[in-house]
Amino acid sequence: MLTIRGIEAGYGAIKVLKKLDLDVQKGEIVTLIGANGAGKTTVLRVISGLLAPGKGEITFENERITGLPPHKTLRRGICLVPEGREILSDMTVLENLLMGGFIRRRDEVNSSVKAVFELFPILRERQTQLGKTLSGGEQQMLAIGRALMSKPKLLMMDEPSLGLAPILVNEVFLKIKELRSADVDILLVEQNARKALKIADRGYVLETGQIVLSGSGQDLISNERIRAAYLGGKTG
Amino acid sequence: MSVYMQGIVALMGVNILMALSVYAMITTDQVSLGNAGFMAIGAYASAYLTVKVGMPILPALLSGAFLSFIIGIGVGIPALRLEGLYLVMATFGFGEVVRTFFLNFEPTGGAYGFRGPMGTTLLLIYGWVFSMVLLFWLLSHSRMGRSLDAVRDDPEVASSIGLNVTLLKLGTFGLGAFIAGAAGGLYAHYMFYIESNNFNILVSSMAILYVILGGMYTFWGAILGAVIFSILPELLRFMADWRLSFYGAILVVMIILRPYGIITRPMVKWVENWIGGLFTRTGP
Repeated sequence: MLTIRGIEAGYGAIKVLKKLDLDVQKGEIVTLIGANGAGKTTVLRVISGLLAPGKGEITFENERITGLPPHKTLRRGICLVPEGREILSDMTVLENLLMGGFIRRRDEVNSSVKAVFELFPILRERQTQLGKTLSGGEQQMLAIGRALMSKPKLLMMDEPSLGLAPILVNEVFLKIKELRSADVDILLVEQNARKALKIADRGYVLETGQIVLSGSGQDLISNERIRAAYLGGKTG
Repeated sequence: MSVYMQGIVALMGVNILMALSVYAMITTDQVSLGNAGFMAIGAYASAYLTVKVGMPILPALLSGAFLSFIIGIGVGIPALRLEGLYLVMATFGFGEVVRTFFLNFEPTGGAYGFRGPMGTTLLLIYGWVFSMVLLFWLLSHSRMGRSLDAVRDDPEVASSIGLNVTLLKLGTFGLGAFIAGAAGGLYAHYMFYIESNNFNILVSSMAILYVILGGMYTFWGAILGAVIFSILPELLRFMADWRLSFYGAILVVMIILRPYGIITRPMVKWVENWIGGLFTRTGP
């Protein structure tokens, strides 16, 4: 339902993405892996509208959304969880969630809060605490929970495992897998390639702004080149 | 009330409006060192309208403030690309451009200044102050207020939850310009005479100081800061030549003691709950 064709984008004179094609089908978890500076975050920024592409076309549910600003793409059902556990630090957990449902009617929002609390019970316990007092893992849960409050059809996550302790990384990935049942498609950008590919239906490998390889999560995990470049050799 | 007291109270009202104009912009993390420029635009425009065109004072004030708003939007659009210190520098430049413009602009008297605007009463000043306080109070209790908080906290998150960050930043910048324009108009029609130097960099920086000292996370802080800075210089008159040094020392001490300003949000919440409690206790 998300189709990207021939996207070129960059910052000033620097071209980051070069003729990039990518699809997310209904009901899929798709992951985009690649080294630092490959352009993974830029892909998400272009889709959500934080960065206007120079060339190419993005369609979502058969409608052209190329260059729409973020507050409009969100209303179409595309929500981005930005990198680095970005939360509203001076608001409480509950206020963060309510803000996440800003574009929806209030009565719908309340039932969504319940659903988020069910998915992340720790947020229910912490609901009156300020965002900045949460631990790193809890902040990531809050960022994801807040994104779900807008009832997205496509949830894009930028490095949700960044800077988290290994045990929390596992928990976050477990939760992402659970989201599959919440009727939301996921585009996941990760440096933790092994974990991302394990939960993904399909994966793309991005190198210096171009897709160099794509396939099912399983195929990519067993691909020799991927193993060498991203999964640390023969272990696994 | 003596003329002396009236003067203090009137200028206090103008200072409160200037503090609120800075506060309006700060609600979305935009610090402007050029609000004296907006004040000058409102002052000269409204004074020209009453003196040369013969317009009554209230529509003249509104026109001056509106012109300031339009120019504020014009300045605000390129300013959206700037953050922090860069925005401070750009708005500082804007303020100086406006001041120099009126220094040389013959139709409003140029270097001779502009004589004749009159008609500001205390009632008029505090009518404006009250309306603005009401506006900010409503804002702080609304969804709009929460969205401004989100933009201030983290613009990236704000846009990811569907807020039009550009529009909110521009709107608050324009609102700040509007209020400064109104303050300028009231000032001009109180002083009977204005010259470009009434709107120099010191006026802009004092307006920022009111907000920093009073507390920049609630509009009550901006108001309190303006009140203190309007009364303090008068109370310190007995110190004669030492007055300004003492004034500076108080400022430094206050910033060390209360880095977030005198009034904070939890404090406002506590007071509101307390007042709310008074009403529920007297109920059945």
